Amino acid sequence: MDTSTSAYAPLPGEDPLFSGHPPASLRRSWKGFAVIFASVLFLLSLVGLIIHQGPQQPPDVMPDKQDEHHHPQSTTPASETTSSWEPRGKALGVSAKSNPPVSDELSYNWTNAMFSWQRTAFHFQPERNWMNDPNGPLFYKGWYHLFYQYNPDSAIWGNITWGHAVSTDLIHWLYLPLAMVADQWYDANGVWSGSATLLPDGQIVMLYTGDTVDAVQVVCLAHPANLSDPLLIDWVKYSGNPVLTPPPGILTTDFRDPTTAWTGPDGKWRITIGSKVNTTGISFVYHTEDFKTYNMSKGVLHAVPGTGMWECIDFYPVVINGSKGVETSVNNPSVKHVLKASLDDTKVDHYALGTYFEENETWVPDNPALDVGIGLKYDYGRYYASKTFYDQNKERRILWGWINETDTESDDLAKGWASVQTIPRTVLFDNKTGTNLIQWPVEEIEELRLNNTDFSDVLVEAGTVVELDIGTATQLDILVEFEVEPLESSETVNSSVGCGGGAVDRGTFGPFGILVIADETLTELTPIYFNLANSTEGDVTTYFCADERRSSKAPDVFKQVYGSEVPVLDGEKHFARVLVDHSIVESFAQGGRTVITSRVYPTEAIYGAARLFLFNNATGLNVKATLKIWQLNSAFIHPFPLDQIQ
Amino acid sequence: MKNLMCLAAVLIFFIQTAILRTEANIIAQTCQKTPNPPVCLSSLKSDPRSTQADIYGLAIIMVDVVKAKSTTTLNQINQLLKQSPRDKGLIDCADRYNAVLKGDVPEAYEAINVRRRMFALDGMNDAVNEANGCERNFAGRSSHPLTKLNKDVADVASVAAAVINQFG
Repeated sequence: MDTSTSAYAPLPGEDPLFSGHPPASLRRSWKGFAVIFASVLFLLSLVGLIIHQGPQQPPDVMPDKQDEHHHPQSTTPASETTSSWEPRGKALGVSAKSNPPVSDELSYNWTNAMFSWQRTAFHFQPERNWMNDPNGPLFYKGWYHLFYQYNPDSAIWGNITWGHAVSTDLIHWLYLPLAMVADQWYDANGVWSGSATLLPDGQIVMLYTGDTVDAVQVVCLAHPANLSDPLLIDWVKYSGNPVLTPPPGILTTDFRDPTTAWTGPDGKWRITIGSKVNTTGISFVYHTEDFKTYNMSKGVLHAVPGTGMWECIDFYPVVINGSKGVETSVNNPSVKHVLKASLDDTKVDHYALGTYFEENETWVPDNPALDVGIGLKYDYGRYYASKTFYDQNKERRILWGWINETDTESDDLAKGWASVQTIPRTVLFDNKTGTNLIQWPVEEIEELRLNNTDFSDVLVEAGTVVELDIGTATQLDILVEFEVEPLESSETVNSSVGCGGGAVDRGTFGPFGILVIADETLTELTPIYFNLANSTEGDVTTYFCADERRSSKAPDVFKQVYGSEVPVLDGEKHFARVLVDHSIVESFAQGGRTVITSRVYPTEAIYGAARLFLFNNATGLNVKATLKIWQLNSAFIHPFPLDQIQ
Repeated sequence: MKNLMCLAAVLIFFIQTAILRTEANIIAQTCQKTPNPPVCLSSLKSDPRSTQADIYGLAIIMVDVVKAKSTTTLNQINQLLKQSPRDKGLIDCADRYNAVLKGDVPEAYEAINVRRRMFALDGMNDAVNEANGCERNFAGRSSHPLTKLNKDVADVASVAAAVINQFG
């Protein structure tokens, strides 16, 4: 051992600290101390962690600024509110015009941005205030005319006048001055709905309902002041108005909405006008030669028990196996006649196909089980007071329909407007099924198409949502076609019949479709979809549906599931066309056999946040979707530049 | 040998804290990105599986909570229906919660298992919608037995949706 280099040369076995062999007692205490030390540290760190893991302060950025469970604080008890409130219009004897609010307050903390977004870009609506029924549509000297029930003073029904707008293409509308206001004793309570008749000699006859100073509903006559004015700005009311008053036995509040006239075999004109006796909806016929004096026909054109008051009657021919519309007076074996009524009791437009017997002036439905008011509807969504006219310009029968808001009256007052019209639709007899009409947006809407995006055979497996990357998704024309591929391994679940409780009801063969006005977290969405159900005979029934239940987080907007059966013929795939225009969605299945109009008021899926998805909620089939999607331009509806022509 | 034991004890201590901190962090981080972190944390931590769970496991746990609370709510609705069998609001609520239990919840499980974020989102967002829809039937009534239950379901379902939204 070299002892000269270490200060202390340990004697063998004498100094345990430097030898690496601590004595037994020290070894024990060192080990014990280490264990205790480590355990204490460990425990301390555990304690530290637990404290550290306690409730954190929630971050400042909350995705949901609005409490979903917020209810408007009602200052009056619910019973008090409902017993004193009556839908607007009911007191005067027209159908209720508003969506009953739960309280008088706004249904949601709406922002200006949300309200502004709701205005449509290419549907007809006035710049502000309330609109309802379309009136007296016609084509004259190069212009399409639309008149409409309009309140110039407020966003709720009342003070009704005839608004007026013109367009050369049914899409780009220009506002004109009011055509008629309530300035006579016979229409002091409102210039209500009516229709135009174009006479062979070029005259234009307008028949409308006046609500007199005593609230009696009467038929009145008006005509353009100046037939050489293609804009038909000024109108003259017949000095001998009213031309018709409610007949004996009919209530003074059950006589309104005269139709376009047609000629009979004797060359005289006929009109029909709806009413009711007890709960039977009926339609009277009147003859006239000059539209000033009338003879009432005995009996009625038609009646259906239990359907209540028939408003906004429409009566017109459609050609069997035809591709064009025909003039209202046409009657021969190559046509069927459509009789349509707006049912006051249910706020639904019903139609039926049948035969018009002009000798005794009655109309008989092809299928009494699908008679007026108990069978088919023009539109299975929010849709009312529709009216057709014959467009002699392009030989089409064109259908207008009024789409009310489904948010609350207070929302409408806050945002300053209420109601839109549908895009005008052509109406044809469905030659393939023979039992219904076909509606389709007028072709002029295609002028609004900008760029398009195509998707081919997108696989959407059972239980999947697929986003479609198309940029902004608030103004769209969507054509979609689905090919279904049943899965072999699936057990058959009880398929929900019809539209069920909405798109969330999963069945073996549906629902599948698209999600419109949806945000990327699917907090808000509106499914437009097909649902296939096996019937007991083994064949498949197809339903076409629109589900508004999650269209908006706002609690008080109306959120229905709409829909109906749609005929799908052998060899046909399931296809639909959907027009998306901000707060209105118009959906057409199988070329227009079943149509649904929806109103949506999203709070998040607006502007750039709105997206489009495909979805398949079925358990037993995959679908392949092929789509053509166009961005649609705005129609820039604005006032007619009258100062430039005068 | 003693040094080794010492070293081992210290290492174990560090590893334990590291693991605990990571597990705690996943839960904390996930819950911070939900609209209701307290509900999220209490729901997850009350389930022992949460300590071992990844984001998909946490989502499953939340859907379990939605299922449990929806079941409780539906049972309560059915009890109330025995006293007022024609109450339209209750009947609608029963429909809604049936939809949650027969549709939304199974849909969400299935989608989470195959990592389909959007479809699972759809299911849980619908559950929120159903709970709110039920509650709307009683808007204006000062209080009724379902208010807290509906709020609970809406809360946990919206948390579940937010957890699902964080799938990679």
